[in-house]
Amino acid sequence: MEKVLEGIGRSFLHLLQTLGRMGVFLCTALFLAVVPPFKSEHLIRQVHFIGVKSISIILLTAAFTGMVLGLQGFYTLRKFGSEALLGPSVALSLIRELGPVLSALMVTGRAGSAMAAEIGIMRITEQIDALTAMGLNPVKHLVVPKVIAGLITFPLLMAIFDVIGIYGGYLVGVQLLGLSSGTYFGEMATSVDMADVKMGFLKSLSFGLLVTWTCTYKGFYTGYGAEGVSRATTEAVVLSSVLVLAGDYLITSVMHVG
Amino acid sequence: MGRLNLEVLVGLFVLIGIAALAYLSIKLGKLEVLGSRGYTVTAEFDSIGGLKNGASVEIAGVEVGRVVGISLNNEEYRAVVTMRIRLDVKLQEDVIASIRTKGLIGEKYVAINPGAAETLIKDRGKIRETTSPVEVEELLGKYIFGSPGGEKPKP
Repeated sequence: MEKVLEGIGRSFLHLLQTLGRMGVFLCTALFLAVVPPFKSEHLIRQVHFIGVKSISIILLTAAFTGMVLGLQGFYTLRKFGSEALLGPSVALSLIRELGPVLSALMVTGRAGSAMAAEIGIMRITEQIDALTAMGLNPVKHLVVPKVIAGLITFPLLMAIFDVIGIYGGYLVGVQLLGLSSGTYFGEMATSVDMADVKMGFLKSLSFGLLVTWTCTYKGFYTGYGAEGVSRATTEAVVLSSVLVLAGDYLITSVMHVG
Repeated sequence: MGRLNLEVLVGLFVLIGIAALAYLSIKLGKLEVLGSRGYTVTAEFDSIGGLKNGASVEIAGVEVGRVVGISLNNEEYRAVVTMRIRLDVKLQEDVIASIRTKGLIGEKYVAINPGAAETLIKDRGKIRETTSPVEVEELLGKYIFGSPGGEKPKP
């Protein structure tokens, strides 16, 4: 009995410790982000890594997501004779939910895992200790550019995802299934509000912070050896994806728009 | 990869991203970048019955503006609807603004019937003649119970 209580207490304390360490890690990174010196070269390299290299996968996912939304939406709406609402249904689901969430998940899989592995390997090969010994702050040097690059690239990738998805829906709904193009875009323009676009933007901003934060954290405090790094990478991807989905629900319920 | 090449790629990426964001917010979100292109007029209705901010204002079915504000006149308890109308569309003093529904269950919009007066409504002017929307529930009530407002007839 005592052992069980001890175990519960220990794991609870461990959880608190992890949460606290994550919080301190984020605060340090955010604080160091506004303290000079600023190195634009690292930032540009990270924007290239997270943003530019993700474009192809974002284009692919967005096109197919939009197309399948168009297809499913068309056949469902036709039952009610309201195919005209295909444009709004595609655009709203993309702008409010799928754009931010799917682009965040894709980037997590492509760049988040690499981020965690990179920092994790630097940790186990003692390169991070070397940085400290040389008087460079490892958080400032490794983490800050990634977090800022995440904040820049996620909203941009989301916007690209939305636009490509809308044209994917157009391809299926208008070109393939014969809806009129005026109906598709006209109805879309009347039902999408600035509030929807803002909501998507806010979501992808928060996902950008969330994903880079968890992935760099997991890499920074990795376990020992190759096994430790592989576990850190897996945990980084799983935790980021879960946090993105949970955060999505939270933001939607807080910012509920019509 | 050279530094210059990298910077060009990143710049291109940011440009495409911002273009996509601009498309979303201006074309779909109806964000007005160049401020007010048009003039505003107000109209008072007894009830606006579900009219929303951003609803379109139409003459003969052609969109000529949008609803930009809805408030309450606290003295007479009437709804004040502020509309922004395109500059090239002139409204006469005696136009009639009415709130209609697109289709049977579609969204509400403001329809303006043109007038014949010589004088035009100026910026921040007011449309005097208005008609409130027909409420489907009220009509059904009238039809079923033979009395307005859906009240049940007394036995």
